[in-house]
Amino acid sequence: MSEAHGGYYVPHGSHWPLVGSVGLTTLVVGFAMHLNGSDIGLSTMFAGIAIVLIMMFGWFGTVIRESESHMYNEQVDKSFRWGMGWFIFSEVMFFAAFFGALFYARILSVPWLGGEDASTHALLWEGYSAAWPTNGPGAMGGAFETVGAWGIPAINTLILLTSGVTVTFAHWALKKNNRGPLVGWLFATVALGFLFIGLQAYEYGHAYSDLNLTLESGVYGSTFYMLTGFHGMHVTIGAIMLAIIMLRSIKGHFTPDRHFAFEAVAWYWHFVDVVWLGLFIFVYWL
Amino acid sequence: MTTATAHEAHDDHGPARGLSRWLFTTNHKDIGTLYLLFSLLMFFIGGAMAMAIRAELFEPGLQFVNPMFFNSLTTMHALVMIFGAVMPAFVGLANWLIPMMIGAPDMALPRMNNWSFWILPFAFTLLLSTFFMEGGAPAGGWTIYPPLVLQTGDAFPFLIFAIHLMGISSIMGAINVVVTILNMRAPGMTMMKMPLFVWTWLITAYLLIAVMPVLAGAVTMLLTDKYFGTSFFTAAGGGDPVMFQHIFWFFGHPEVYIMILPAFGIVSQIIPTFARKPLFGYSSMVYATASIAFLSFIVWAHHMFTVGMPLAGELFFMYATMLIAVPTGVKVFNWVSTMWRGSMTFETPMLFALGFVVMFTIGGFSGLMLAIAPVDFQYHDTYFVVAHFHYVLVTGAVFAIMAGAYYWLPKWTGNMYNERLGKWHFWLSTISVNVLFFPQHFLGLAGMPRRIPDYSIQFAEFNMISSIGGFAFGLSQLLFAYIVFSTIRGGAKATDKVWDNPEGLEWTLSSPPPYHSFTTAPEVK
Ligand SMILES: [Cu+2]
Repeated sequence: MSEAHGGYYVPHGSHWPLVGSVGLTTLVVGFAMHLNGSDIGLSTMFAGIAIVLIMMFGWFGTVIRESESHMYNEQVDKSFRWGMGWFIFSEVMFFAAFFGALFYARILSVPWLGGEDASTHALLWEGYSAAWPTNGPGAMGGAFETVGAWGIPAINTLILLTSGVTVTFAHWALKKNNRGPLVGWLFATVALGFLFIGLQAYEYGHAYSDLNLTLESGVYGSTFYMLTGFHGMHVTIGAIMLAIIMLRSIKGHFTPDRHFAFEAVAWYWHFVDVVWLGLFIFVYWL
Repeated sequence: MTTATAHEAHDDHGPARGLSRWLFTTNHKDIGTLYLLFSLLMFFIGGAMAMAIRAELFEPGLQFVNPMFFNSLTTMHALVMIFGAVMPAFVGLANWLIPMMIGAPDMALPRMNNWSFWILPFAFTLLLSTFFMEGGAPAGGWTIYPPLVLQTGDAFPFLIFAIHLMGISSIMGAINVVVTILNMRAPGMTMMKMPLFVWTWLITAYLLIAVMPVLAGAVTMLLTDKYFGTSFFTAAGGGDPVMFQHIFWFFGHPEVYIMILPAFGIVSQIIPTFARKPLFGYSSMVYATASIAFLSFIVWAHHMFTVGMPLAGELFFMYATMLIAVPTGVKVFNWVSTMWRGSMTFETPMLFALGFVVMFTIGGFSGLMLAIAPVDFQYHDTYFVVAHFHYVLVTGAVFAIMAGAYYWLPKWTGNMYNERLGKWHFWLSTISVNVLFFPQHFLGLAGMPRRIPDYSIQFAEFNMISSIGGFAFGLSQLLFAYIVFSTIRGGAKATDKVWDNPEGLEWTLSSPPPYHSFTTAPEVK
């Protein structure tokens, strides 16, 4: 069926990538049609999401079965590690684009609009005095208030940092082959992850209905929601992955020296954690 | 386990039969072939747009297309050539060659390899379908600057999502290259023994992983600015359209090196073979490549000298940009030194490699001219820029890809290409490409703006000459397609070494090589 070449497992043909391409394309075509005002856009998009989910079940299922039947040697394991590491780096760069936008607005474009270092503002926006937070000289989206750092965001920081600790406890338990504590600490991590998402959702609701802080609130609203939104999406994905790892731990998939999937998800979780620290400092606090 | 159908059809050591071989393949050679053929197709589609552009510019006045469609043509020509032709061609070469060069059985992550490729046909179907949408294809230039690009019609979200898909494909392809090079080398193949093509691709892959996500972020912000009320690029909300340019060129300048570093690698493989001398200054080549990659992250605003930057910014980006000439110069001198007192022969791959060295250097020099901020105020957005980057990308990247295709085609197919036709292809291409692009330097210096379908009559002669060169160059490439396909179909049998005494593990395999490259790792001394 599939061969080992010098021990390195090279799988033969797979239809999952093509299913993935069809799914992704359906998803984005649906979304694009929706944005262009089509009635069937959203349903097409959800069909695409469904196809992508089927692909992920099938593809990861195949990999898990192969792993469980010991087809991967140490070199394959190393490939997965390198691959996951560089994938996370690409995610870091994705967030870097939005952090870059935040810093550019705060350090350059908003002060310039207020008249610092440039004179063009006088032609269009005379009288605008630069400050942060701002929704710009056009007061886009109307007056708004910001979410204070020392309420829910601080609690959320504690939650995520604690979850970083619990996932490490789970790792230690796994290395000592104690399945009970492993599953327990993983459960705690997943619970903290979903608690974070719940609080974040509550905070969004509060911001939209009480503070008039919306996506349309100028560059503050734009950077606030895009950064926290993409972060929240990553927390959700991470929490789902952790839940799957928990189920696999219950099934006894991991051994003290072979548990790449666990570590990959743990790395991802720490990455999400670190991004949050950046958010807490630069979006909420300073 | 993966698919019943794919498995019924294949025996253990050969490819599956029929269409499923190509749709489901996890084999680096099959995927390399798919990439290269896709790239060739895109080269002709983008080329057809270029022909229409040159036809419109043959004479002053409006001839064939309306101005809006002309703008779509320039925009789509660039997107198709960059993301559809040049980048996939390099990934195709990487797929074919890296496992063979480092003594590996295949790429490290074969299923993901298939996905990297099979996203592309879908992405380009989306992109090209925008020609038939309400409002036409994107026409704001490939740099998609707001606020202009936000005026795109129904095509807009399709443009954004096509770029997202291309980005996903590139990132997965790059991760695969990095992992393969770091983890799949045969015992004894230390980093500093790797062929330069492998080195340049390793560094290119890092650039891809670092900047494609930034482009994804930038286009996502465009999308939300247009449809979800954000103000990233709107001054009224505290944003800035110039911010887009900064983010875009933080991607865009490394992207330029993504399209040229693998070309350096190819040329560094070919010149030693036909000069019959080892490459001069191997380690300096590696360090020069790494320096270029590093510098590429801190020069982006040389694309924006006229946008109204603070003086300190102008100066920093000017000097940093000129610094790149140092490692690039090291490379050119090393190639020349490799040839010094070599016993040279001039088969087609060598001709293209030499053409690359000479004409890429011309593009490098015009780049230096553009790097000088006060002078750039004159050149900015003129045909001088167009001439510059076409020297770098056509006589640079594309010539290197063709050199590589001629060099390795006998290895891939087991058949020799027709040397006489190859030489014809080289000379026709080289003469016509210079007739095409050299006059554009003068047009630009005289003030002809780029991306405009009509022009003042003093530009008429040089535009006509340029168009004639363009048509000749376009037609010459049909010869390339003919040579490639006739070599695939048959021809004189190639030996395993193909050339006189080429360096590298790929030449120790049979021509064509077995379906799985190195089933047992070779000894590297
Ligand atoms: Cu540049």
